[in-house]
Amino acid sequence: MAWSREQLAQRAAKELRDGYYVNLGIGIPTLVANYIPAGMEVTLQSENGMLGMGPFPYEDEVDPDLINAGKQTITALAKTSYFSSADSFAMIRGGHIDLSILGAMEVSERGDLANWMVPGKMVKGMGGAMDLVAGVRKVVVVMEHNSKDGASKLLKTCTLPLTGVGVVDLAITDLGVFAIDKHGAAPMRLIECADGVSVEEIKAKTEAAFVAALG
Amino acid sequence: MANKVFADPRSALTGLTHDGMTVMSGGFGLCGIPENLIIALRQTGVQGITVISNNAGVDGWGLGLLLETKQIKKMISSYVGENKEFARQYLAGELELEFNPQGTLAERCRAGGAGIAGFYTKTGVGTLVAEGKETKLFNGETYVLETGLIADLAIVKAWKGDKEGNLIYRETARNFNPMMATAGKKCVAEVEILVETGELDPDAIHTPGIFVDRIVKGDFEKRIEQRTVRQRSTTTRENA
Repeated sequence: MAWSREQLAQRAAKELRDGYYVNLGIGIPTLVANYIPAGMEVTLQSENGMLGMGPFPYEDEVDPDLINAGKQTITALAKTSYFSSADSFAMIRGGHIDLSILGAMEVSERGDLANWMVPGKMVKGMGGAMDLVAGVRKVVVVMEHNSKDGASKLLKTCTLPLTGVGVVDLAITDLGVFAIDKHGAAPMRLIECADGVSVEEIKAKTEAAFVAALG
Repeated sequence: MANKVFADPRSALTGLTHDGMTVMSGGFGLCGIPENLIIALRQTGVQGITVISNNAGVDGWGLGLLLETKQIKKMISSYVGENKEFARQYLAGELELEFNPQGTLAERCRAGGAGIAGFYTKTGVGTLVAEGKETKLFNGETYVLETGLIADLAIVKAWKGDKEGNLIYRETARNFNPMMATAGKKCVAEVEILVETGELDPDAIHTPGIFVDRIVKGDFEKRIEQRTVRQRSTTTRENA
């Protein structure tokens, strides 16, 4: 069985470590915040200018000056700090954030990422994604393994305009988990399969080359 | 000392606008936008504006008001997904658009205001945004040259300000406002609370008054794009 959205978020949460500063993208990555293991301290950064992001507010706590990068109302914690967009991207680009989890349209076997633009469609923009993948120490993407018509989204070479070249460390798809050496020294490795999914099934559904390195 | 305090947003823009001008407008989404000065800019009727702003407002609010009146010729932004009129004008070829990565946009404003003509960043190397730009190797890694940005006018929003133009922002409404305040040839700030000089803690000032030419007290709607709440009955984990 392929992993559900919630299971993808749970699997991505296993990449968290105590003391990490983490930036979560919009969509499934946001759900990762619900699976931070008990007893683990993780500080969430929001690139619009906040470190130490709390949960969504109760109705009577809603504050229009306090939003996350998805423009959702949010709350602060005791440890929260606020700063400008320039300082925020100094954290991101300067390598001070430990982990970024974001969505992907395509990933190549060398760790190239495409997640912001489909030619011919209205392009909304890259937001902070290019800065995040260029600067954050570890980049994890959460994605569907195949498009609706069955095409592999793990490719030898991305077909869509790139967000970054050689930037992805780990790709978590609904079929399995792939570790990527973004310096290109070793091939992409399949390190985990979703429950009940075989290596053969993944091979059949994947264009990118990989070696199975389970367990 | 010239008086920086203006009675209303419209008069605060007097003599500062011309057709074809470049305007920086602070805010992230609708959070921390200079909503009163955007309305005042619309009332001036100035045409052909290049707007530098992270986002483009929504239909009927924020920069969406200037799109409605077709006063914007070009946007320099990182993300514009919340605005149907924007998409319509762009797809019809009526509006130019330059996408900058969000951190690059922030740094371009910071650099422009700080007298830095350009800087090298890893962001965007090997992508469309680096096409046609100079690249350089530092310590074995490729960086792309991005230039500082300066605008004819910066309009920013702060929480508190004093008559010297010293500004304090609140929470995530700070965002692009501090850098843009430095990068406008002229800067007009709108504030929720305008106090006498001396009433702000000098250690708490985010934008020193030297960067602010004019200041005006505004009335604020502070619209929310994505009102997201939790219920008291359910248990939600705190990300502490």
